Amino acid sequence: MSYQHEIPGGAAWSAPIRAGRLMTLTTLAAGANASMLIIGADRLDRLNVPDTLKSQLSACIAPAMVLMSDRGTALATVVRSSLDWHDCLAGFGHDRQLEERFGPSSYAKDGNSWRRSARLGLVSELTKHGFGEADLHGCVNFFSKVGISDDSRATLTFVPDHSAAGDQVSLRSEQDLLVFVSTAPHPLSEQTYAPGGVRVEISSAAVHDTVAELKLRDEAVRALEQAGRLAG
Amino acid sequence: MSATEAALDTGLTALDRIVEPGDGALIPVPSGGRLRIVDLHGNQAVDTLFYDAHDIDNRYSAFDTIREQQAVYLTTGSRLVSNRLDELAVITDDTCGRHDTIGGACSQESNVIRYGEFTRHQHACRQTFLLYGAKAGIGQRQLGHNVNFFMNVPVDSRGNLRFDDGLSAPGRYVELTASRDLLVLISNCPQLNNPCNGWNPTPVGLLGWWS
Repeated sequence: MSYQHEIPGGAAWSAPIRAGRLMTLTTLAAGANASMLIIGADRLDRLNVPDTLKSQLSACIAPAMVLMSDRGTALATVVRSSLDWHDCLAGFGHDRQLEERFGPSSYAKDGNSWRRSARLGLVSELTKHGFGEADLHGCVNFFSKVGISDDSRATLTFVPDHSAAGDQVSLRSEQDLLVFVSTAPHPLSEQTYAPGGVRVEISSAAVHDTVAELKLRDEAVRALEQAGRLAG
Repeated sequence: MSATEAALDTGLTALDRIVEPGDGALIPVPSGGRLRIVDLHGNQAVDTLFYDAHDIDNRYSAFDTIREQQAVYLTTGSRLVSNRLDELAVITDDTCGRHDTIGGACSQESNVIRYGEFTRHQHACRQTFLLYGAKAGIGQRQLGHNVNFFMNVPVDSRGNLRFDDGLSAPGRYVELTASRDLLVLISNCPQLNNPCNGWNPTPVGLLGWWS
């Protein structure tokens, strides 16, 4: 059994996802972006991007990596992706930035295609589940790449043609999760406003990739052990 | 050079104290005030969070700060911005040259992940943040991703990240000017398992100038 939903570009979505599911995101257009926050089974423990990065010595999200929480448990494993770089350093966009670039927008003026930022959408989805602004944390911007320069400041540059329609990333839930997604444009994208949609498919993870197959680091294996769901 | 010596030629100090390794502080800094953090013995990570003193939900955001300056490392001129894009403080002086904001804070739990179960009961920055934050209502929800002053976490174009020996040295300091009334939450890092404190956590000095 599986669930499918197409999130249009510039929208936000959230859902509870039980442990042991496979969530696959697919871009419906080139340049689509999916900014994601995750909260764990106890409704307190959030995706912690710095802990995820330093434990796996990476400056981006790529397969296979474990997404770790504030309290050192595995939330989800990025088991495969058609892309080897998903940004997690540039955060999510703000309404103020959209307005500065594209002018004011409202439902009254633009109907359901009004321009709403990732921050607005994520706070809205968080609030539906009893959370709010205080729960905002570092996000992963799936399908987007912000290149890092080897200079003295580690200057960042958005990579415009990183994703094509049909690019995918698959996450295995390692505990019961609440997942929050915005498909607003990446905040450093300089394209005209035409955010691409993203399809979400959630199925039972019938074939569990084993730790050995995924070639996870020891740190990632320990996070899986803490989540009590070490597979194979 | 001691924190007091560094203050001698700078006029009236509103704050002059030492924070021992493994200890912390919650410092109110009024708008326009200058806070200097002095790495007294060199290579000592100082994990720091910033909050709008009048609304703690308006707090330092590492990734908004990185994106707005389009660079990962913090140094002189870096604007520290909040999760509402408000400027909280500006780094106005820096004799170290590079500070981290993507390495986060150590916690008992992340130590277990990184180094193994034997570290579970070692002291960690998250304990200090929660202890000193409590009196201002700063709990686990309010702990965002912090700055690590004097810590060296290089990243590169291939997407690698590592913890390196610090670039700091005894007496080097970083100075911030508050853009609004702030609460500055500090943990002087007790980490023993990586080079962020030179394998030997040491005291730091805090100096403040405001009226």
